[in-house]
Amino acid sequence: MILYWIQKAIAFAAFIALAAMGELLTEKSGGLNLGTPGTMCVGAAAGFIAAFRYCSAVAEPSVIMVLLVTLLAAFAASALMGLIYSFFTVTMRVNQNVVGLVLTIFGCGLAEFLSIFFIKSETGNVRCDFANTVFTARIPFLSEKLGVVSDLLFSYGFMLYFTIALAIVLTVVFNKTRVGLNLRAVGESPSTADAAGINVTLYKYVAACVGSGITGLAGVYCVMEFKSGAWATADLVTIQAFGWLSVALVIFSFWKPLNLLWGSLIFGIFYWAYLYLPQLLNVKLSTDLTQMLPYIITIVVLIIVSFRKKKENLGPASLGVTYFREER
Amino acid sequence: MTVRNNGRDPFVHLTKRAPVSALAGLLIRAGAFVFAVLLCAIVVWIMIGVDPITFLKTMFTGSFGIQKLENAKNFTSFWRIFTSSYFWTTFKTGCKLLLLAVALAPAFKMKFWNIGAEGQFLAGAISATYIMFNYPGLNPVVLLILMLTVSLIAGAIWGIVPALFKAKWGTNETLFTLMMNYIAIKIVDFFFNKWRGTKSALGIINIDSEAGWLRSLWKGSESAWFRNEDLIFMVTVLIIAVLMYYYLRLTKHGYEIAVVGDSQNTARYAGISVRKVIIRTMALSGALCGLCGFLCVSSQGHTVNSNLAGGYGFTAIIVAWLSRFNTFTMVGVSLLIVALENGSALMSNTYSDLGFSVAFGKIIVGVMLLFVIGCEFFINYKVVFRARKTQKEAVEA
Amino acid sequence: MENKRTPVIQLKGITKRFGTKVLANDNITMDILDGEVLALLGENGSGKTTLLNMLSGIYYPDSGEIYVKGRRVSIKSPHDAFLLGIGMIHQHFKLVNVFTATENIVLGLKEKGGLDLKAAANRIREICDEYGFDVNPNQKVYDMTVSQKQTLEIVKALYRGADILILDEPTAVLTPQETEKLFSVIRNMQAAGKTIIIITHKLQEVLAISDRVAILRKGEYIATVKTSEATVSSLTEMMVGKSVGLNIERPEVKERSLRLKVSGLSCRNADNIEVLKDVSFEAYSGEILGVAGISGCGQKEMLEAIAGLQKLEPGAEITYTHPSGETETLIGKSPKQIRKMGVSLSFVPEDRLGMGLVGGMGMVDNMLLKDYNRGPSPLTDKKPSKELAERIHDELGVVTPSLSTPVRMLSGGNVQKVLVGRELASAPTVLMTAYAVRGLDINTSYVIYDLLNEQKQKGVAVIFVGEELDVLLALSDRILVLCGGRISGILDARTATKEQVGYLMTNIPEAEEGGNADDSQK
Repeated sequence: MILYWIQKAIAFAAFIALAAMGELLTEKSGGLNLGTPGTMCVGAAAGFIAAFRYCSAVAEPSVIMVLLVTLLAAFAASALMGLIYSFFTVTMRVNQNVVGLVLTIFGCGLAEFLSIFFIKSETGNVRCDFANTVFTARIPFLSEKLGVVSDLLFSYGFMLYFTIALAIVLTVVFNKTRVGLNLRAVGESPSTADAAGINVTLYKYVAACVGSGITGLAGVYCVMEFKSGAWATADLVTIQAFGWLSVALVIFSFWKPLNLLWGSLIFGIFYWAYLYLPQLLNVKLSTDLTQMLPYIITIVVLIIVSFRKKKENLGPASLGVTYFREER
Repeated sequence: MTVRNNGRDPFVHLTKRAPVSALAGLLIRAGAFVFAVLLCAIVVWIMIGVDPITFLKTMFTGSFGIQKLENAKNFTSFWRIFTSSYFWTTFKTGCKLLLLAVALAPAFKMKFWNIGAEGQFLAGAISATYIMFNYPGLNPVVLLILMLTVSLIAGAIWGIVPALFKAKWGTNETLFTLMMNYIAIKIVDFFFNKWRGTKSALGIINIDSEAGWLRSLWKGSESAWFRNEDLIFMVTVLIIAVLMYYYLRLTKHGYEIAVVGDSQNTARYAGISVRKVIIRTMALSGALCGLCGFLCVSSQGHTVNSNLAGGYGFTAIIVAWLSRFNTFTMVGVSLLIVALENGSALMSNTYSDLGFSVAFGKIIVGVMLLFVIGCEFFINYKVVFRARKTQKEAVEA
Repeated sequence: MENKRTPVIQLKGITKRFGTKVLANDNITMDILDGEVLALLGENGSGKTTLLNMLSGIYYPDSGEIYVKGRRVSIKSPHDAFLLGIGMIHQHFKLVNVFTATENIVLGLKEKGGLDLKAAANRIREICDEYGFDVNPNQKVYDMTVSQKQTLEIVKALYRGADILILDEPTAVLTPQETEKLFSVIRNMQAAGKTIIIITHKLQEVLAISDRVAILRKGEYIATVKTSEATVSSLTEMMVGKSVGLNIERPEVKERSLRLKVSGLSCRNADNIEVLKDVSFEAYSGEILGVAGISGCGQKEMLEAIAGLQKLEPGAEITYTHPSGETETLIGKSPKQIRKMGVSLSFVPEDRLGMGLVGGMGMVDNMLLKDYNRGPSPLTDKKPSKELAERIHDELGVVTPSLSTPVRMLSGGNVQKVLVGRELASAPTVLMTAYAVRGLDINTSYVIYDLLNEQKQKGVAVIFVGEELDVLLALSDRILVLCGGRISGILDARTATKEQVGYLMTNIPEAEEGGNADDSQK
């Protein structure tokens, strides 16, 4: 049973980590995007609508096409949210928290409206089974023949491995490349980066757009795998909550992509605790109260982080600050 | 070194401008609002096929119309019609948003990002409901006072906990208060599920005895106009808004909040205990959110669920920020936001077959807010475009 | 040889405004010659930094033309400046704290190939050897001293191939020894054919290092003269427009009595480094106790400790003696408690807007800062502060659009007048000022000196933390010298020499290791 618990936790962890990775990328450039929940909803809606429309329009949908359509739609739609975010925070210099919160309101509304408009089913609860099978397809040999190892490590869809790969790629980019160095400089001290001839605006825009795009992918990943390819407008509230969790996870990780992976796993284990813990301990626990655990853990981590004052762990120095070159 | 520099001025550059007059600022913001609404009207026209005139008319009716609501058919007196009109509903809901925004004002003036209004509201609501559910037999006055007290305390606790850690260790309050929201939600869920038992929903509490309802204070005079709970709610909220305005501007507490918000070092220099101010202000902020929870339970739905605040805890942050902590401005901003939502609700009732949903309300509010906060830019900065004639005879290398 | 030099930069009719009221640069036309060391001299607020920021791409001129090496150019960003070979070392260093020296240097470069930090580090070492710099390529910036950061900035500009270097008040934060080192590096660079522009308002340095001096006054270009033909008084006259007496008064006060006795003061900063070590001294009414020292040697902590704003290590004593003779200890008291005890302590902190004033509030509300709590009413009483604000506005000539304009919008000198005015209005018995004249023009500085002398004559114990040794020597009665958080000596300002003070700023005499040096008074 612990095995099932960990399995479920990993499945949960994967998309939270992916969403957080998008947010982390944005934060590296100095942008605290509280629009992440909205962006995730938009990504989920756009991806699902695209998959649903494609599967209903074509008699025999192809695997490649369904992937392409779903992921592209999710990425593009949520990157657009990132574009709005950077337009307002970078070009128009509006407070980041405010823009983020507006985008969350706007994004959740947009996701709900679009899904109702394009799927035309007020009650929701439509499925896209084909896309679900594509997203949950297992790796042939590895997922069957290795016993416990298969169950534990290979019983997931491809997005999990994409997430892990992305974490590694981001780590390398941040630490070993010119672009990463420049990006970190933009987040630490935009005026320094500017003086060094780095196009601060461009970096902030690209980071926010790509970051939001990744967050959007996490949204559709959540719908296709975690929610088994079923769409209900009521689920948007859940996705929104996941979005907030992923924002918290970034702090949890000390702004390091690889830390996101195990951090999200801890979140996952606590998220499912209400299902397994009572059985395991053979006690009766309130479902609702046990569901509080991930949030309490986040608070505990926040507090612990605030105790430690190591400079490298504090996150980008200019996080949340709007940059204006001629500011005196 | 090769230098590619054509010596031309940049196409556009920005400079900070001197503050514009209050009237000009208002006009720019109003312009942004009108533009946003028109943009939405056009989008609706293209996507759904409802022409802009009908759209605007429906939006207005749904927000400020005095027409009877469906379920108000039987009412005859003007007062009854008025109190069940769209106009009335907008004011009532607007006051809920207003109270939350007013509650947040001191925290934000102190630069404390309290995004936990939702949780502080629920903490107040659930504790008030707890008393109402378990002690319906108490004297109405005692019961209501008890409910009020516990909701104030619960809201204050929800505000104080993040404040304590912020004051002592600088713990990030944005995420702390956010997580406190979810803890409150789960607590509400817990009691909701416990109390409803096997029923599908909790339903209205004490529907027969009206115990813990605001109107129970006036038992006997059933039809009197002042027995209207909405009215009491609105008047209370407006009084608090006025009091908060003067609290922030005239009192020593208000002064301390302003100093701490500007610079904590200066506050220490002036002998202000920053910790005390942060904790006290967050207690106030949380308590007022809790009060809003109490008022909603005792005067509006007479029930509780985890979506009772309906996201207004977040919207209120934007209201508070847009109004620059001026509670009078908040009245207008809250009404406007609720008006847009209610207008969209009527749109979706009327045109749901065309694919119009209530969610459009959130979109239009979002677009409106983006335009209004975007126009701040034009109020604070001057955009200088390159003069048409650039000197082409720049010296060649 | 100087006649052969050609202009490397020509400025023609450069004008820059901030908002509608401030005209920072007014139609400036001047040349900068190839291979020279040019000093740009002017009072604070004369537009020196603004002008050169337009060369480095931070600001963009509202009108006017810039020619670099004979070509009309438009410098839209620091990157454009870099392409033109212009490198500027700002007063506030443009360095990323969590990066190493090497990472900071290669930042933003568009070199071919991947990121090779090792190769870059080697090139940095080469540059250091060539000009005599001392930079550790792998050191993180947050571990560096101010002087190291400045060196890193210069190396960065050279690494990028800059041949025109602009230094914005480079010596403001350096010790005399470090300044000397910087000057020798500048000479090395000049020998290697670089053009160097130094922004400064210190006349001695202008004379020591530059070939020519360009003078700005209130945003206008006055003249450029050869340094060899200039004198301190001729430059001062051009800089301030009219000759001002360079003498600062030092009135004698007969009656002195002990007001403040400090002993064994030690404290640690946030990083748990001991910034103040066993500091002991006495302050008397009717005298100005000057405090000298390189910036960051514990001056800030010392004043804040007395004001009740610092957490101290055990063993410290601060005893205040009322004019009536009663004594009270200030240790462990908050500013509010100190005020309640009837101790009238005024403090003009270094960070005016970040500590002494509330930037977002107007003059009236700022007057309220220290006694907003007066009276039992829960409401604030703004009437006295309004009167006080009006008085300060009239008496000190504060330039502000209105009494409710946020003080953040005022110029540095006016901000300081507001702050000093408020602190003096409370009729203090002890007055502490930290860098009271930093960033002020000469006229305002003299106004402040006069105010301090006036207080001294009234019987106030004045503690004056300063940076210009000449001023300290002329104004103070005694000079306390801090070095690395310890007192390295307390001298009689009437007999002490600049060299003596300068030596104590960087050395602690062996015998006085304990910091209990108070021989001049006895």
